[in-house]
Amino acid sequence: MTLAITIGVLIAGAVYLLLQRGMVRIVLGFVLLSHGANLLLMSAGGIFRRGEPLLGRQTAGALADPLPQAFVLTAIVIAFSITIYMLTLAVTGKGDDTEDAS
Amino acid sequence: MNTVLLPLLVAVPLFCAALLTMFTTGRLCRFLFLGTSTGALAAGFLLLWATRDGEVHVHQVGLWPAGVAIPFVIDTFSALMVTTTALLVLVCSAFAVATGEADRRYLPSLILVLSAGVYGALLTADLFNLFVFVEVMLLPSYGLMAIAGTLRGLRGGRVYVTANLLTSTIFLAGVALVYGTAGTVQLGELAGAARESPLVAVAMGLVLLAMMVKAAVIPVHGWLVRTYTAPSPAVTALFSGLHTKVAIYVIYRLYALVFDGDASLLWIGLVVFTATMAVGVMGAVGEGTTRSILVFHMVSQIGYILLGVALFTELGLMAGIFYLVHHMVVKASLFLSTGAVEHVHGTGELERLRGLAQREPLLALAFLGAALSLAGLPPFSGFVAKLALVAAAFDAGQWVVAAIAIAVSLITLMSMLKIWSSVFWGRPPEPERELRMADGPSKGGTTTITAPSAVTRIRTGLVLPAVALTAVTLCVGLGGQLLLDLSAQAAAHLLDTSAYVEAVTNR
Repeated sequence: MTLAITIGVLIAGAVYLLLQRGMVRIVLGFVLLSHGANLLLMSAGGIFRRGEPLLGRQTAGALADPLPQAFVLTAIVIAFSITIYMLTLAVTGKGDDTEDAS
Repeated sequence: MNTVLLPLLVAVPLFCAALLTMFTTGRLCRFLFLGTSTGALAAGFLLLWATRDGEVHVHQVGLWPAGVAIPFVIDTFSALMVTTTALLVLVCSAFAVATGEADRRYLPSLILVLSAGVYGALLTADLFNLFVFVEVMLLPSYGLMAIAGTLRGLRGGRVYVTANLLTSTIFLAGVALVYGTAGTVQLGELAGAARESPLVAVAMGLVLLAMMVKAAVIPVHGWLVRTYTAPSPAVTALFSGLHTKVAIYVIYRLYALVFDGDASLLWIGLVVFTATMAVGVMGAVGEGTTRSILVFHMVSQIGYILLGVALFTELGLMAGIFYLVHHMVVKASLFLSTGAVEHVHGTGELERLRGLAQREPLLALAFLGAALSLAGLPPFSGFVAKLALVAAAFDAGQWVVAAIAIAVSLITLMSMLKIWSSVFWGRPPEPERELRMADGPSKGGTTTITAPSAVTRIRTGLVLPAVALTAVTLCVGLGGQLLLDLSAQAAAHLLDTSAYVEAVTNR
């Protein structure tokens, strides 16, 4: 439940920021959005089994699902690189997107 | 066939892209740039040959057991797409070399990474891996968008990045929900899952929604018409041939595999795709430059292609796949022929161009052939494609859809004739007029006709890519049976997915 509420709050904040005019706010909105999507990926693997997914350390029932973690790791890298690129775009065309940003 | 070589289709372009970052210009650079795509084209033909009888070849990457590994699959449908993609990348690269854009640092590398992402997305049979390859395809595209260097390109680039990133995040959320509900993201194991469980259907619906945004279906087509007019002509031609088409390929594949062609949902597709056809073509009426007209037609044609999957009959799927291949070739040809005009004369505005047919007969022929093919006139491939699609719609009892498809192709023809008559037809502007303009440029300011002076001829290197693609559409139109047989083979595998599923899951 905590996870669901967190995802909801993150997405709500992301939608608010995405609807703003300035590019930097939009980029921040995308940061929140990708966090929300990553938490959704984590929750897809089930959050009640938390043992480290290494053979021989835990019983099979207690191991966390390693696949969503690998997914999230990949998704974080992609989102990070695009965020950097978008920040570059925001700086390059400075001033042509913020007619009423104040 | 030795399937161990299959991942090379992705690995070799990536490797050559890395090599190309070290060289900036020179003959070696061009050889590597064009040679890689030529190699991919040859590999595409080999794969077509290997899958022509409907065999499905699978390579479990890393030789892990099936179910753990990411499978790379090649069947007739993906082999057709790989071959067409390689052809387009090769021709657009040749055009970029001719315009001199290929001398820009990193542009050849970015194009090769883009093509590697497309091949990967076409080959993979794993939903998350598909997401990764779509991102591999998109990241260099963001760079290509910005490399145009103008402020207009930058603005287009911003819309492009935000629209695509939002869609990709929705796609990722869809993949997460699929994993949560079905417990797997491997397409072979997902076969028929959405038909059995409504939860998986909703999750997969989210993935399909993301793909429809990427394919620019009405009403989410706005980003396409805003952004495809921004970059240079070579890049637009490349994007038009690859990006939306990968999304269309994924929609075909996922609906056939995961939804098992569920007939109860097809009405949504029929309504949406028919609207896409009609609205796209009407949007083109009010546009004043060659490229924005062509971009709106792209939206309209995407409706046609997706109609095949909305009918989901054997004839419909065959027609849709044929249409997809035909459209990729023809649209790139149109973008390249008008792009050559735009590159040399500096504008694509209809009002400022006139009478180019006398000056550039070969280019005019290339444009006319591709334009007639787009509108669906014989003897070009567009005729075969539209005939098959309309026949499929009649066959399925969708009279209204068939009627709209015919009406839309008439408006398409009118729109193509509009470009033809204002850019290519008519008398070229007289030299005296040109002189007057040279005397008093300050007085005018309104719509003066830019007379392409006698010295500005379009070089053969710029004309040949468009001519080559128009020749391809003519050949496909005259010898359509070969491609029709291949499309029928691909459609048979979409209707009966058992061969694909058996090969992927190794059961």
